[in-house]
Amino acid sequence: MSALSVHAPVLLIAIPLLGAFAVPLIGKLGRGVRDAFVGLIAAFTAALAGLLAANVFGNGGAASVYVLGGKPFDIPLPSGMTAPIRILLEVDGMSAFMALITALVTLTAIAFSFSYWRERSGGSMYHSLLLLLTAGIFGMELTGDMFNFFVFLEVTSIAACGLIGFRVWLGRTQEAAFKVMTLYTLSGLFVLLAIGLLYGEHGGLNIAYLAHSLSGGIVDKIALGLLLTGLAMKAGAVPMHMWAPDAYGEAPAPTSAVLVANSQASLYGLFRVLFTLFGITVSTATTGWILIVFALLTIFVGVTMALVQSDIKRLIAYGAVSQIGYMLLGVGVGLATIVTKPTYGFVAMQGGIFHMVNDAACIGLLFLVAGAVTRAAGTRDLNKMGGLAHTMKYTSVFFIIGAFALAGVPPFNGFASKFLIYEASFKLSPFLAIIAILSSILLLAVFVKAFQGAFLGPKPASLGGGEAPLGMLIPMAVLALVVIAFGLFPGFFVERIVTPAARALWFGRDAYISAILGG
Amino acid sequence: MNGITSGFGAWNPIAWTLLFLGILIVAFFVRSFGRKDYKRGTGQTKAFLSGNEEPAAPAGLHVSGDNLYWGMVHGLSAYYRRVREWHTGDLGDYVGWFIGVLALIFVIIVWGG
Repeated sequence: MSALSVHAPVLLIAIPLLGAFAVPLIGKLGRGVRDAFVGLIAAFTAALAGLLAANVFGNGGAASVYVLGGKPFDIPLPSGMTAPIRILLEVDGMSAFMALITALVTLTAIAFSFSYWRERSGGSMYHSLLLLLTAGIFGMELTGDMFNFFVFLEVTSIAACGLIGFRVWLGRTQEAAFKVMTLYTLSGLFVLLAIGLLYGEHGGLNIAYLAHSLSGGIVDKIALGLLLTGLAMKAGAVPMHMWAPDAYGEAPAPTSAVLVANSQASLYGLFRVLFTLFGITVSTATTGWILIVFALLTIFVGVTMALVQSDIKRLIAYGAVSQIGYMLLGVGVGLATIVTKPTYGFVAMQGGIFHMVNDAACIGLLFLVAGAVTRAAGTRDLNKMGGLAHTMKYTSVFFIIGAFALAGVPPFNGFASKFLIYEASFKLSPFLAIIAILSSILLLAVFVKAFQGAFLGPKPASLGGGEAPLGMLIPMAVLALVVIAFGLFPGFFVERIVTPAARALWFGRDAYISAILGG
Repeated sequence: MNGITSGFGAWNPIAWTLLFLGILIVAFFVRSFGRKDYKRGTGQTKAFLSGNEEPAAPAGLHVSGDNLYWGMVHGLSAYYRRVREWHTGDLGDYVGWFIGVLALIFVIIVWGG
């Protein structure tokens, strides 16, 4: 195995992190040099994520450990006890799957940003924050240590708030950034408190070590409640979602796409806590049904609120909120049934996890389209738009692809994952499937409204709007191709990347622990 | 390779896409048997509105997105009134929801197992 393969986990975090601090300096050499540098960092990071995924999935999704410092991590303490105390990264099928999603979204968003940010100042700081956010997301997905998870959670929070409020000349961006900063800080404090409780109770911070030590006592349950609520809030679960439309709506369009990947990283953290850290030490039926209730609220409220939006970015933002609900539903059904392990429980897990990558691609595409549209039209108000399809033909087609995929219209990718979620959740309770299917139909209506408002009819004379430049069209085309490929060949992707990720959560708790503790 | 199964159902997008394309080809074939002796730009090709004259739309008229579902939103006005009350935009309310959910989760987890 090459050195690059061996060190891929740490390089995925280190390269965008170092790149983030180098960008303001490189930016002094000119915009072209800076953009080339940022593009190189993003492309290299994406290639590393691909390499890591190829290694992990080639190995059946088995957990592997990377130790920073390269020395043994289970150092004997004076008491004779050994505990993993070094900074460890632990990568299994689920971590590698998340890294692939992050790489896809950040690469396309950064590529889109070069054209999107061309006429604005502050590009160096903008790209610096974008790379910092990328490093934080990768860190959350690859770490094997709860405290480092908190550190990376905070890195993403700081970078995200900076990006949401970056356009300081728009007053509402400052309000959105302040709200997000307050809630992210509160969420981070709850996560830190939970980690402190677990450390005080069990004397360790390593996830595998904690998972091995947890007994499901009252302190453990309090920590679980804090982690569950804090991470569900950061993922945007209803009724703690209210920051999400503000954040996604006010952030620059390519950043909104990365913020969705950030929310998915929090969702990953939630799944890691529930399946790997706690597992069956607490009642999985209780935690599973908590996820299911969150899911139903998130799906329904997200979709119905999207229907009454007239701001194209807030409309897509509520659509993004609703999709988090589908992921929670699939994984919630899996968690609620993990003890008896029926076939449909694993299918639900596959559906929920498959929907993460599908949602990242189609929501990312829709946010990029929204960026191109608002840049061309000069407004986000759907009531002031119209007829953009006359001049933005390719962008219109990309919008249709993204909208159909998100609404679960066959043969696009959203249908494939929702198909698994519908069928499996129906087995648990037909009511769950009915809510999920009705909300998907309603979401299609939402995007019919958006398409009619922005793209159809005569074009008002006052409205700008030529076709988006090639630098924007290419990232949109890449995401559209991903949407179509995952839609037409779902079996290929489910077998190779989704199933190992689902297995890592559903069956992989013991393997995750033994990769660190042995035995 | 391209299809997926749930254990109780199956989805094969390539097969369904080919079927859909096949149906489109058949529909196009059937359409080619249609009458070709109509005259474009005459009353033969005008929309028939129960015999009423179709009023000309003002130039530049566009039915905006908000008008599409006004009836449905009106029908659900009681629901929307309640849901919009939650979305105040007030940070204090956002934090209130967060703390309220945390309290509820504590109760469920500690007592529920």
